[in-house]
Amino acid sequence: MNPILDLFAESPMKPMQTHMQKVEECVDILPAFLDAVFAQDWDEMMVMQKRTRALENEADELKKALRLNLPKGLFMPVSRIDLLNLLSSQDKIANKAKDIAGLITGRRMEFPESTQADLKAYLTRSIDAAKQAGKAIRQLDELLESGFKGKEVTIAEEMITELDKIENDVDVLQIKMRRQLFEIEDTLPAVDVIFFYKVIEWVGDLADLSQQVGSRLELLLAR
Amino acid sequence: MGEFFTEYQMILIGLAGVFGLLMAFGIGANDVANAMGTSVGAKALTVKQAIIIAMIFEFAGAFLAGGEVTSTIRKGIIDASSMVDTPELLVFGMMASLLAAGIWLIIASYFGWPVSTTHSIVGAIVGFAAVGIGMEVVQWGKVGSIVASWVVSPLLSGTMAFALFTSVQKLILNTDDPLKNARKYVPFYMFLAGFMIALVTLMKGLKHVGIDLSFGQSLLIAIGFGIVVLLVGKVFISRQKVEANDDKDFHYASVERVFAVLMIVTACGMAFAHGSNDVANAIGPLAAVVSVVESGGTIGAKSELPIWILLLGGGGIVIGLALFGAPVMKTIGKRITELTPSRGFAAELAAATTVVVASGTGIPVSTTHTLVGAVLGVGMARGIAALNLGVLKNIAVSWVVTLPAGAILSMMFFFMLKGIFL
Repeated sequence: MNPILDLFAESPMKPMQTHMQKVEECVDILPAFLDAVFAQDWDEMMVMQKRTRALENEADELKKALRLNLPKGLFMPVSRIDLLNLLSSQDKIANKAKDIAGLITGRRMEFPESTQADLKAYLTRSIDAAKQAGKAIRQLDELLESGFKGKEVTIAEEMITELDKIENDVDVLQIKMRRQLFEIEDTLPAVDVIFFYKVIEWVGDLADLSQQVGSRLELLLAR
Repeated sequence: MGEFFTEYQMILIGLAGVFGLLMAFGIGANDVANAMGTSVGAKALTVKQAIIIAMIFEFAGAFLAGGEVTSTIRKGIIDASSMVDTPELLVFGMMASLLAAGIWLIIASYFGWPVSTTHSIVGAIVGFAAVGIGMEVVQWGKVGSIVASWVVSPLLSGTMAFALFTSVQKLILNTDDPLKNARKYVPFYMFLAGFMIALVTLMKGLKHVGIDLSFGQSLLIAIGFGIVVLLVGKVFISRQKVEANDDKDFHYASVERVFAVLMIVTACGMAFAHGSNDVANAIGPLAAVVSVVESGGTIGAKSELPIWILLLGGGGIVIGLALFGAPVMKTIGKRITELTPSRGFAAELAAATTVVVASGTGIPVSTTHTLVGAVLGVGMARGIAALNLGVLKNIAVSWVVTLPAGAILSMMFFFMLKGIFL
């Protein structure tokens, strides 16, 4: 209708940040959820698991809306493909969080007391990775303002380096966790052990996926 | 023929005057909103402020610097000397062109096509002249350079905007203390805006208000004017208080507020440039009619552009803007929220410079398309989150349609007027 009006398309940066924020909220439920699991408070567990599912759904909706808003023929300071890839890695974090809560709730899993503290620490560190990824995504505003150059890029890169460090920590904790489980696995029902390993793997995935958000962001910046 | 003009003088001038005024209305209502909407979108100005600025500077631009383009539209496209024996045809043709361009703009706005007033009027004049009178009366060389300028002006403003915004990144945004550097360098951009507009105006415009300056004098006054703008800007910037909470969510909030002051200056420049270029679309044909009719049918009499015509054009734009501009501007302002002042100023300064220089050389360009080029230039410097390239296709299509449409309509009206009066 009007060339000046039609020229400006909606910025995808804010929606990217809103999506990531949802993802963080979703992940953030897990520590309290785990507390409920340790306390064997099944009602509380169900409530929290439902909440992760709801938040994951909301993140999905945001993802869809954003994708629909990114038609081809948009001229952006970053590549459209990179942006869509970044979005889908963000989304995977929420999916994983939902899966973890779903698995534990579905099987009413119990964790031996000797492993609880370490499991909690391991999860918390993994969530730190997700939060660090969120912090880097919140930097998108500033990156856009500076035209994806200069100081802001350095700041974002530092954040990503920090994220890599956290992911490393998580790797170390994962190894420790596995060894711990290995030592007591004979004393536990075999099926429980299998799924315990699964939980350990998935909690680690949270950090891996967060790191992937970081690398996608790096790709976005390198052009 | 002389009798014809004495007999119908009132009617002819009156009709042409009404057509011209309506055209000026239309420009004020629609085009100005395009030129000023970016400032509203960047939140540098409210709709009300934008309208007040537009009223003052559109009028000033039309009145002070609108003469050159008006003269091109009036006598640059058609070789009037070959029509000495048939002055009435020139009169009908110019009236037909006004009518054609006006009606085409109404049709286009109804269907939502992004057409340019400038393209409509040029197409209309070429149309009636080439078909109604003869191919040889059209000054094809001049028309060719006008059409070329329609491609060149967006490219030029785009390049300039790219350079301006890149300099902003280097000097301000990507430094360790963007706020300090913004306060330091932004006044310099203000100087640039003031200087450029003053220089072009002084060099080209002011003869009709009785001021005739040499190049040296113009340059000095323009520098002086630039410095005044710089100083006033500095005062406003230094008055801004930095609030600690401003930058909590977004580190650049206070930097952008410095640029918002700059954008007020460039918005003035944009309104001035728009007035200087677009007023001609309304009053160029009117001026041609008046000069022929008042001289009783003599073409090519060395008549100056009567000041009342410039006043009518400038006034028409201002009234159109005041009556119908606000809602259009409101819509644009609401939708363009992605443009921050640091970007908006670069686009506006580049577009205003390009348009004002074109006006100074008498070339009618499209302000809107020039601004689109400038915004894309900022986008090229990775400055804007998302731009729709589909607009370029629409503009290209509207180009291809507007020229023939204006031409065909003006031919129709031309033969109609001929039939009515002769």
